[in-house]
Amino acid sequence: MKITGFIKKGQYFDSVSIMLVAKQLSGLKEIVDSAVLMGTKENISVLKSSGLLIHEFKDAGEMDLLVVFKTEENADVASLLKSAEKLLQPNKDMSEDKNLNPSSLEGAVSALPGANLSMISIAGRYAADVAMKSLQMGLNVMLFSDNVPLDKEIELKTFANKKGLFVMGPDCGTAIINGTPLAFANVVNRGNIGIVGASGTGLQEVSCLISNAGCGVSQAIGTGGRDVKKEVGGIMFIQGLRALADDKNTDVILLVSKPPAKEVIEKIKFEVTKINKPVVSVFLGSSPELLFGTKIHACATLEEAAFLAVALAQNQPASSVREIINQQSSYIKELAKKESSKLSSEQKYLRALFSGGTFCDETQLICNELLTDVYSNTPVGNAKKLNDSNVSEKNTIIDLGDDEFTVGKPHPMIDYSTRCKRIIEEARDTETAVILLDIVLGYGSNMDPIAEVIPTIRKVKEITLARKYYLPIICSVTGTDKDPQNRTSVVTALKSEGAIVMNSNAASSRLAISVVIGKGSK
Amino acid sequence: MNQLFENELNVINFGMKSFKETLDGLKVKSVQVDWKPPIFSDSKVFQVINENKDKIELANKEAVTRILNSKPFLVGMGKALDVIPGMKKNLLLHAGPPVTWNKMCGPMKGAVIGALIYEGIASNTKEADKIAASGKIEFSPCHEHSTVGPMAGIVSPSMPVFILENEAFGNKAYGTMNEGLGKVLRYGAFSPDVIERLKWMENVLYPALKTTIEKSGKIDLKNIIAQALHMGDEVHNRNRAATSLLYRILAPSIVRYVDDKNTAIDVLEFINRNDHFFLNLSMAVSKVSLDPARDIDYSSIVVVMARNGTDFGVQLAGTGDEWFTGPSPVPDALYFQGYTKEDANPDIGDSSITETNGLGGFAIASSPAIVQFVGGNTKDAVNYTMKMYEITAAENNIYKIPYLNFRGTPTGIDVIKVVEKSVLPFIDTGVAHKNAGIGQIGAGVLSAPSEPFINALIGLTKKIKLLKEK
Repeated sequence: MKITGFIKKGQYFDSVSIMLVAKQLSGLKEIVDSAVLMGTKENISVLKSSGLLIHEFKDAGEMDLLVVFKTEENADVASLLKSAEKLLQPNKDMSEDKNLNPSSLEGAVSALPGANLSMISIAGRYAADVAMKSLQMGLNVMLFSDNVPLDKEIELKTFANKKGLFVMGPDCGTAIINGTPLAFANVVNRGNIGIVGASGTGLQEVSCLISNAGCGVSQAIGTGGRDVKKEVGGIMFIQGLRALADDKNTDVILLVSKPPAKEVIEKIKFEVTKINKPVVSVFLGSSPELLFGTKIHACATLEEAAFLAVALAQNQPASSVREIINQQSSYIKELAKKESSKLSSEQKYLRALFSGGTFCDETQLICNELLTDVYSNTPVGNAKKLNDSNVSEKNTIIDLGDDEFTVGKPHPMIDYSTRCKRIIEEARDTETAVILLDIVLGYGSNMDPIAEVIPTIRKVKEITLARKYYLPIICSVTGTDKDPQNRTSVVTALKSEGAIVMNSNAASSRLAISVVIGKGSK
Repeated sequence: MNQLFENELNVINFGMKSFKETLDGLKVKSVQVDWKPPIFSDSKVFQVINENKDKIELANKEAVTRILNSKPFLVGMGKALDVIPGMKKNLLLHAGPPVTWNKMCGPMKGAVIGALIYEGIASNTKEADKIAASGKIEFSPCHEHSTVGPMAGIVSPSMPVFILENEAFGNKAYGTMNEGLGKVLRYGAFSPDVIERLKWMENVLYPALKTTIEKSGKIDLKNIIAQALHMGDEVHNRNRAATSLLYRILAPSIVRYVDDKNTAIDVLEFINRNDHFFLNLSMAVSKVSLDPARDIDYSSIVVVMARNGTDFGVQLAGTGDEWFTGPSPVPDALYFQGYTKEDANPDIGDSSITETNGLGGFAIASSPAIVQFVGGNTKDAVNYTMKMYEITAAENNIYKIPYLNFRGTPTGIDVIKVVEKSVLPFIDTGVAHKNAGIGQIGAGVLSAPSEPFINALIGLTKKIKLLKEK
């Protein structure tokens, strides 16, 4: 293997250009591994740990663009360097839209006098300043950027809270405001369920499940995952909850989060005492007992929470949800039995490869009661930390959206290449009993996931067929038929390739786990 | 309570363009910001700026009011030695911030040599070179003597100059007469024909114009510029309309007051042949209009942008006579046949005083005839002007752009906005060959370098801190 790269000193490229270059570069077949990133301290250390730090980068600064790739010894590096350089050239096409964009917030506000939301996805170290200026000018903020310092987040949210403005994020990937999906969000029905979410994928899943069940969403307010931690103290989570309590179009409130800090749970409990609307919660990984004695309907999975919110929104009893889940359980049991029976004696383990971090957590938590020897790169519950995130052990559940996989590359919801490579690796492992996937649709995600996944499924079939094995691929598809990708057509395409598609991650996880357990008991 | 849920969503998008495209598809109103990281982000500097925001705003208002209220007139002519403050027999004025003989670029050295020969101080190049290096000759920026000069901007004691007066404030400014195109002193040419032309200008053109102006009276130059902007000039790279308008005023008087008919013909022909005759006046107008805004404590308004071919210099209203500099860039230009960027000298001349005054590159939307300089597309020219509104404190009350529905040109560059928004002033320019004696090789545009503006901002905060201590 040969590692080659170059540095572009003092040049600023916006994150989209970098992502596009990274994607196109990683798509070249001569390239084994690559990274395109700005030379910040964090990025340098990532390059170092992935063995991509080359001598040329030793004086790199945060305004320098670094391009590096690993190739076979005999690859034509000169022509690869040339193509990388070419990808970085600005587009000088004169026919391009010549309309002038403003260069600043002030310029933008004078161009759009009714502006009420700043959407910010610039590099984290600059994002807080832009967010603060937006707040000072009376705009709400959706802060998609990550790597915003914690103290800045607290400063922003405290300031916004006083002014009655929202700061969604940092690291907020999803929101639906007045029916408009923002950033990574799905096109869902409008309705009477309001959501506050500190987890992006979680928010996407519940909003899609609600919409697919025939109900709708009034507002979905993202807060960013750190909001519910002790330091920020749930400033925006509580503000969102209050806003939904006051919102005349919201009848049921749904709260979605990874476990909030104890203090924040207390605040939520107190807040809910003042609210006259049903409140449903799913705090993945948090003990439901923490909410006992309150009127909050605590749920263990995203699916259960979504169904419960739907039932309450339609004035049905909470118990009706139990029936749906029970029906589903017996279906899963039947299907699992059938699938297990097709497995060979060697096939023992679950291999779950997620693009959504919340799904990775949810699946691990469902495993808790059912499966032992569970490993993850982001362990929760009883799962153990993987030795090497690139090598699966026994039952392995991976979040491919975690920073270690995404530095210098687009998110796996956009770029499936890392995941598809990993699927093939798992298929080659004779101990793999089932592959579990999430496919997330909607704006921001890959516009044609089928084109990415189907060739991989076929390759898996080739590999397993050669060994005379059968390897089930189980997935959930988060999305709606109004999404640009159209959920039904994605599901149909997956099924026609023999994949098993379930309606939620909770259901597909239960099925996958049941297949593995069923195999063990055979 | 938050009104977000009650109102239509209107989004400002910083960063990923795909988010804006999604909103476009959903018919949600949004604006994309061409955001760039600030060219400088020392939080301590910005803290000082923020803490003194009100004072700065007030000072800037005063500065631009003075600039906008200027009343520049051409009131007469004289010899540099007689009229320019601080002019001496052994002093040469030059464009841009201070520079020593050793550090001068090729064209400026060429112009110095030419001026020494013109003044009779040296008889040939070699001698001139020796004298210039000897220390007997002093050099000083035009700007430090209420004067401006295009390109090398060399003003020597015997040179005749225009005298402008700003009647609103009583201050004066000075500028040489434009020599025309081709081989000329301001581009560093010093061959005998160049010197001969300078002598003719001193001995024939000057007395004729001086008499004409004295007898026919002062000329309102602001009015000429305002009209010229409606006629396709931006009065930096295009001065055809302004020169014509001036010519209409001067011609009858020249015929009337110049006794010798042949002299009158030569003078009229000289002005008529030179589309850039007005350039030196539009520069002097800008200088005389901006100078009253000097020495306003706390003001972050730029009163000088000038280049000496080595460095680019900036002065602010709030920082006295201090220069803030950085290396001058080589312009992206249209080059004359046979020349390339390799041959070009870094940007040079005091002519960027026009941009400082809301003209030139800032008014390029008024000048569709020269859009070739900005990529050939009219929309580009309009966009350049539009962008400049983001870094200026006012819109001009007199200089207006027809295409923008007679919106006033962006006037009064605010160094804080320049640094915060990473939008650098846009300058029209001519390009000199980097070697002395060759002359102009192209024309084009450039963005000012960031360093002088960063230094100016730091300088302003230092000055503010000193004011606070007092």
